[in-house]
Amino acid sequence: MDMSIFSNLALGFGVALTPINLMYCLIGVLLGTLIGVLPGIGPVATIAMLLPVTFSLSPITALIMLAGIYYGAQYGGSTSAILVNLPGESSSVVTCLDGYQMARQGRAGVALATAAIGSFFAGCVSTLIVAMFAPPLAEVALKFGPSEYFSLMVLGLVAAVVLAHGSVVKAVAMVILGLLLGLVGTDVNSGVLRFAFGISELADGIGFVTVAMGVFGIAEIITNLEMKDEREVFTNKVTNMFPTREDWKRMWKPILRGTFLGSALGILPGGGALLASFGAYTLEKKVSKYGHEFGKGAIEGVAAPEAANNAGAQTSFIPLLTLGIPSNAVMALMIGAMMIQGIAPGPQVMTEKPELFWGMIASMWVGNLMLVILNLPMIGLWIKLLTVPYRILFPSILVFMAIGVYSLSNNPFDVLLMMLFGLLGYVFVKLECEPAPLLLGFILGPLMEENLRRAMLLSRGDPIVFFTKPISAGFLIASIALLIILLLPNIRKKREEAFVEA
Amino acid sequence: MKIKSPKDFWAGLMFIGFGLFFLVVAGNYQMGSAVRMGPAYFPTVLGGIMAVLGAIVLFQSLTIQGGPMPQFSFKPIFFISLALILFGYLLKPIGFVLALVVLVFVSAFGGHEFRAKEVAILAVVLIVFSVLAFVKGLTLPFPLWPDFMS
Repeated sequence: MDMSIFSNLALGFGVALTPINLMYCLIGVLLGTLIGVLPGIGPVATIAMLLPVTFSLSPITALIMLAGIYYGAQYGGSTSAILVNLPGESSSVVTCLDGYQMARQGRAGVALATAAIGSFFAGCVSTLIVAMFAPPLAEVALKFGPSEYFSLMVLGLVAAVVLAHGSVVKAVAMVILGLLLGLVGTDVNSGVLRFAFGISELADGIGFVTVAMGVFGIAEIITNLEMKDEREVFTNKVTNMFPTREDWKRMWKPILRGTFLGSALGILPGGGALLASFGAYTLEKKVSKYGHEFGKGAIEGVAAPEAANNAGAQTSFIPLLTLGIPSNAVMALMIGAMMIQGIAPGPQVMTEKPELFWGMIASMWVGNLMLVILNLPMIGLWIKLLTVPYRILFPSILVFMAIGVYSLSNNPFDVLLMMLFGLLGYVFVKLECEPAPLLLGFILGPLMEENLRRAMLLSRGDPIVFFTKPISAGFLIASIALLIILLLPNIRKKREEAFVEA
Repeated sequence: MKIKSPKDFWAGLMFIGFGLFFLVVAGNYQMGSAVRMGPAYFPTVLGGIMAVLGAIVLFQSLTIQGGPMPQFSFKPIFFISLALILFGYLLKPIGFVLALVVLVFVSAFGGHEFRAKEVAILAVVLIVFSVLAFVKGLTLPFPLWPDFMS
């Protein structure tokens, strides 16, 4: 490691601390916390909803705000997990287990503070990790040719399958459906209109904002409307926020372990906040001497996953920033945002647009600081929001989605398409086909085809090239190994159990 | 032959359907060769793989026990879809404000209970906010009112 990391970070802070970027960072983390707190709307739908709003901003400001939404959502998600036993966000599912028990014992304040402290510490460490590991990785990635890229995308998509609930075969099929949907529109090589059926709006392809809002947002609303709206809030019990000396003693190690495990799991293709929080909870339950207290309000069960999910949320930016490959659905949207802003995601971003690269990294730390300072005093407001009934919430969400998607090209067709993808998304939920792999495939479809074509052209049509180049071969072998492991009966059972526990 | 896992059975059929659909439509384009892939190459391969995967899911549904077929709730589906279509296609003819009224009221019918007064207040709040934020703030080119009024 050389000292340039400090000058780079200084450059980044110079960008992140400009008034306009500070303001949008604040808006981002506040919005993120808001949707994190509210059950029934996730970060994917929110970021998709807000993408059109960011078109008018400069690229760095737009990305800072969108990133803020993602890690803000991790903070907010834990609030509703602890107070209402409802994970506002999927990565907060495990926080419910012990956080809610702590709240029932009158220790909601301490649980919230623990979550905030753990998240902030993890945020600081993982910001440094991103700053340290992203540049060397980008250097390596700069040497990638089309065959390496193709194989890397295969690995990324296979990893997304690992994380999907339920059947592996269904998840792979969802990835492929995503890839195919991504091909709709004009083929860049031949200029042929594919799968457009004479609909002029489809010439430029299906907008990924439309797909994401439909499959995640609209489908979420319809699914939520099926369920009864029942919440029990511990409104008057959040008084003492300060952890005792005993609490501190019990929480620092889990926070440390959670941070490092979360950072590691976040970098993996397919990883991110969700995997990190589950991994950290399981690990902590095994190694902690208070393991028997887990599920009954153990502070470790809040500290570790909360640190981990924030760390994972941040390190999942590493593959995005260095390789241009999204590791989860939120990162897929970030790639989309970059493309809309005219930035080709990939390793060249760091060298060609250092202010964007480092500004975003610095803004993560700034955002985390804002979250800690703002969130603890604002708990009261978030609790009030939790009492807003869903019958008020869903028409509001619908209004913002409809306006957002209409404004993409001022065309009612996009609204219609979003609705159709919403219905499709609802069918997916009913048939237990997870939509996240579809979105990743959708983003990667055109890129994959392009790299496959170029690799095959360079090798004169010999597919062996993917296995003779060492890096490419490594990625493919890893993908195949991962798939085989997943299909082994033993592992399959374990994996199913892991998801059931979740 | 008995379907043991209805969810997988229908999922399998869905994947086969999508796979064949892309396969057949891609047949209209040029295939090219492995060296110079035509527009049909990649989608044909993918469509084929997906149809096979769908067949595997379908086959498994006949052998492996799964959960029962879930209930579809058609009320929210109907009102949410209707609300969106109406909003989209009415925005230009009747203007942003009235289109939002339609969107909020129609979608609210999809909820568990419909309280007219509450929905009316919600509509007003959302309209004021949206006009200020989107039309005035972000200067989206939406007509506010119907043609004959402006």
